[in-house]
Amino acid sequence: MKSEITIKMGRCKGCGICVAFCPKQVLALDELGKVQVANGDACIACGQCELRCPDYAIFVDKGAEA
Amino acid sequence: MERSYEKYFRQNRLPHLWCPGCGNGIAMKAIVQAIEKKGLSQDNTVIVSGIGCSSRASGYMDFDTLHTAHGRAIPFATGIKLANPDLNVVVITGDGDCTAIGGNHFIHGCRRNIDLTVVLFNNNIYGMTGGQASPMTPLGKKATTAPYGSVDRPFDACHLAEAAGATYVARSTAFHEKHLVDMIADGFDNKGFSFIEALVQCPTAYGRKNKMGSPANMMMWMRDNAVMKAAWDKLPEEKKTGEKFPIGCFYKAEAMDYDTAYDQVIERAGGAAK
Repeated sequence: MKSEITIKMGRCKGCGICVAFCPKQVLALDELGKVQVANGDACIACGQCELRCPDYAIFVDKGAEA
Repeated sequence: MERSYEKYFRQNRLPHLWCPGCGNGIAMKAIVQAIEKKGLSQDNTVIVSGIGCSSRASGYMDFDTLHTAHGRAIPFATGIKLANPDLNVVVITGDGDCTAIGGNHFIHGCRRNIDLTVVLFNNNIYGMTGGQASPMTPLGKKATTAPYGSVDRPFDACHLAEAAGATYVARSTAFHEKHLVDMIADGFDNKGFSFIEALVQCPTAYGRKNKMGSPANMMMWMRDNAVMKAAWDKLPEEKKTGEKFPIGCFYKAEAMDYDTAYDQVIERAGGAAK
């Protein structure tokens, strides 16, 4: 795991901005319409999701290996 | 890891009530990041807002905050600044609040060059009341009160602020988050009236009415149509067509701010009782 993705579920409104801007298709909306990590290994910790989230619900930190 | 800007939010008030995908959240984060960047203290900063979607922001920010009357954020802020010129006063307003209901207060705030930082969240519509056309709804765009497209020519708030006498005028968008932080931070540095227009997406009212797609699509529209000022100035006139618009710092000037001018009046009148 190159990066660590933290999601504050209570804040997510499922707008899909993070999903659309993720360049590696790491994120997806689950059956409740909230964000989930679908493919964590592909994450490059670019931070686009965190930068664009209007609800401060997702945070990405670079992992120890990166 | 907890982000350092989280301390500027009232945690028990989050999540905020803005619609899913609303750009106001991004603009609010940009303001607190600019405050953090400039090292302004929470005890010495006042956030003043009017009425509207944008103006809800003051309720989520952990400063001394004032949620005031519709369009009247700038008069309240003027009073605060004159009562205690040491405070950093930030005004959060929307396109309707600032250019329609508070239009006069806005131009006279600019004219006086009082040391405020005004951030206008421009979502092109009256979102909270049901999507009526605002003075900043672009020509031909639809709203509930303009079902065939807006006939009224919109205000360019940046031109308006510059013409009225503001000494710092800039524009950015919710897509250009880091640029927006820089624009607001530069506004804090200016001693005088600083005006920053932050274009934000309104997917519920404006986007839906104008078939602009998802919130992400609306942000991609900003990415594709916003042109940095340096590039805009070199752009030939025939390419400034369609929906393209410039972003960046448009105007900077040196002029005496209202606090200094008022101090001089006090001096001329014989000085204040110490």
